[in-house]
Amino acid sequence: MKLKTRDDLNNLKSQHQVLLQNRRSVQPVSVSEAQGKPRQVMVCGGTGCHASNSPQIVEELKAELQRRGLAEQINVLQTGCFGFCEKGPILEVHPDNVLYLEVSPKDVPELVEEHFVQGKPLERLLYQDPNTEERIASDLPFYHSQMRIALRNCSLISPEDILEYIAVDGYQALAKVLFAMTPESVIDVIKQSGLRGRGGGGFPTGLKWELTRNNEANNRYIICNADEGDPGAFMDRSILEGDPHSVLEAMLIAGHTISASHGFIYIRAEYPLAIHRLEIAIKQAKQYGLLGKNILGSDFCFDIEIKYGAGAFVCGEETALIHSIEGTRGEPSVKPPFPAQQGLWGKPTCVNNVETLANIPPIILKGGDWFAGIGTEKSKGTKVFALAGKVNNVGLVEVPMGTTLRQIIFDIGGGIKHHKTFKAAQTGGPSGGCIPTKFLDTPIDYESLIAIGSMMGSGGLIVMDESDCMVNIAKFYLEFTVDESCGRCTACRVGTKRLHEILTKITEGKGTLDDLDQLEKLGKTIKDSSLCGLGQSAPNPILSTIEYFRDEYLAHIVDKTCPAGVCKSLLRYDITDKCKGCTLCAQNCPAGCITGSPKEPHSIDQERCLKCGACLEKCRFDAIIHH
Amino acid sequence: MCDNPSPYNPYQQLDRYIDGLPYKKENLIAILHHAQQLFGYLPDKVQRHIAARLDIPSAKVYGVVSFYSFFTMKPRGKHVVNVCMGTACFVRGAEKLQQEIEKQLGIKTGQTTEDELFSLDSLRCIGACGLAPVMMVDGKVYGRLTHPEDIKQILDEYRESLAGDREPALKEGTPS
Repeated sequence: MKLKTRDDLNNLKSQHQVLLQNRRSVQPVSVSEAQGKPRQVMVCGGTGCHASNSPQIVEELKAELQRRGLAEQINVLQTGCFGFCEKGPILEVHPDNVLYLEVSPKDVPELVEEHFVQGKPLERLLYQDPNTEERIASDLPFYHSQMRIALRNCSLISPEDILEYIAVDGYQALAKVLFAMTPESVIDVIKQSGLRGRGGGGFPTGLKWELTRNNEANNRYIICNADEGDPGAFMDRSILEGDPHSVLEAMLIAGHTISASHGFIYIRAEYPLAIHRLEIAIKQAKQYGLLGKNILGSDFCFDIEIKYGAGAFVCGEETALIHSIEGTRGEPSVKPPFPAQQGLWGKPTCVNNVETLANIPPIILKGGDWFAGIGTEKSKGTKVFALAGKVNNVGLVEVPMGTTLRQIIFDIGGGIKHHKTFKAAQTGGPSGGCIPTKFLDTPIDYESLIAIGSMMGSGGLIVMDESDCMVNIAKFYLEFTVDESCGRCTACRVGTKRLHEILTKITEGKGTLDDLDQLEKLGKTIKDSSLCGLGQSAPNPILSTIEYFRDEYLAHIVDKTCPAGVCKSLLRYDITDKCKGCTLCAQNCPAGCITGSPKEPHSIDQERCLKCGACLEKCRFDAIIHH
Repeated sequence: MCDNPSPYNPYQQLDRYIDGLPYKKENLIAILHHAQQLFGYLPDKVQRHIAARLDIPSAKVYGVVSFYSFFTMKPRGKHVVNVCMGTACFVRGAEKLQQEIEKQLGIKTGQTTEDELFSLDSLRCIGACGLAPVMMVDGKVYGRLTHPEDIKQILDEYRESLAGDREPALKEGTPS
């Protein structure tokens, strides 16, 4: 059905609010009280849980409930990401608000029997506090310091049903913009909110809209940048998978404000599930007349088209992205002119990141002041981080700006895996830097991260422990930038390659102190002379690790050792006196460099050793060590 | 994007797709995505065909094909194994995983096995960081791959599915 007026939208909302009745109740009822009442089971359908068979859990649950005659009163839905990816697949039962973790399809019959038939939670699938060993059914510590604005609907609604989105105030912000606000007042609200670009740049969103609107033209475009290329970041993908309509609604609002009639979503082809959900969302929005001509009976017409990336990190840069949409090589161009002046097909274009857009509808509904009340002086609102690496609770977390790294990694993230020691946190991906222990208590915002040699980036946050070699990590990122440099400007194309060569030399034990100076000098030159953000930030992983982990570089260069035991060429394998002379290592050594008589301790010829580690793997007496 | 290999001439299918587009040159990347689905890769001949249809120099098509890592000019194996080399997987042992798969398949990353059953590649983050290290075989994600036996078992499943002459349940098939 097509919605022809604002009242149509409101009627539809009130008709379907019943859908949400039992979800996230403020005062959850106990499992036994919820017996016999209508219930809803939300199963996480994000990429992580999807890969761990969550669709099969949905099917099994439906079949089992059917078999037991409970299908009428218990509704099973697939939602977006719950964020607690470490413990996936996750499912939540409403209105008793019980969260089950690490559920497998074969747990389903027992879960249905215990929870829905017997009326008591299935203890073994509840969260277990690692310190007290107590089982917790809801209100997990993982969520305590979080504040979900951009992720507000992920895990709350089904992303494949527009009615659910409408029931949670979906498209209400659009209606307000169309019928109760002027474009100028919308820009004022966004400016007042202090919202800044969440893709990494941190440019004020309200100002970007205003600049695009103020440029004279007969046509303008709005582009949603969903080319999330930072390895280890998956917040944009999760928003598109869990709440695609919020992005469409924000694009409509932006389109109306800057007076554009066409929008594009540029998304990575590597995100098939997000693409699938977006396609469904666009189709439904068209069916309900929320995309197309005369939206909600106004004179505003707007269409959205999906454009697929093809695997080029540089296309996250807005001018490169625009060239890619135009069907050419995704190389950046010199700014100015900025896209707001001359963008797609030469028209003023506003490029906004997914997470930025997801914040727009709540800002319109709750006001700029509300949003500006969250966060730090210059960075308002919240930020979603993809917390990954050597941390106990890998997942997607959304916290107010100004939260410290310590709170994120230790309170929410549950500390370092296997009780190891924290060494560094990497933010901003290949453009960011490695932050050492001494800055764990720095409140995170755009400015503070730049001040300590890193950057916000899109929100990837990789935790590293004592077993990670910082020189090797810097080399890893440089490998990435060498691969992804588009080749247009010499500083980036040639410079990153030279940096990578020097790092390789150091990790192979052939580095000199002169190389260290070269790295710094060259790094600064590349920063100053590259055309786009990729080159300008590519040396950051090196410069920050040299600054904070200089001793590790010196260990590689001067002592020819890798303190973390990662760089293969610097490793040394030795056989200790625990050796029983079983000959297993000698038999398996591909270089044939282990000698010794049976039942006598063996030894390794260091000259010929390939450092492959085959002996260490085979030894049954822990007699071989590497250092 | 279409899912199924077609019994019809892929050139005809490609032409039909191009004819159905409102804009042609601007949709070069979408056309190349489609062509790669139909042919499995983008050889010279296909690139020239597209250039002729869009009335643009074939150098321009080649420029775009060679720019984006998603496009390949070499034929791929029946199954494409991609090891995630995102940072989260990297710090949780993606390099070891890559070496193990290289060992098991007897090829290097970027190569295809002699029987044309597997191609091995790497990609940057599929966002399943909670399951690191992960690999993706065609469209399906496999996580927490720290044991060589698990990897062997997964690869064997794909080998067997071929031996039994049936397709494994895949999300995105590469037309042969």
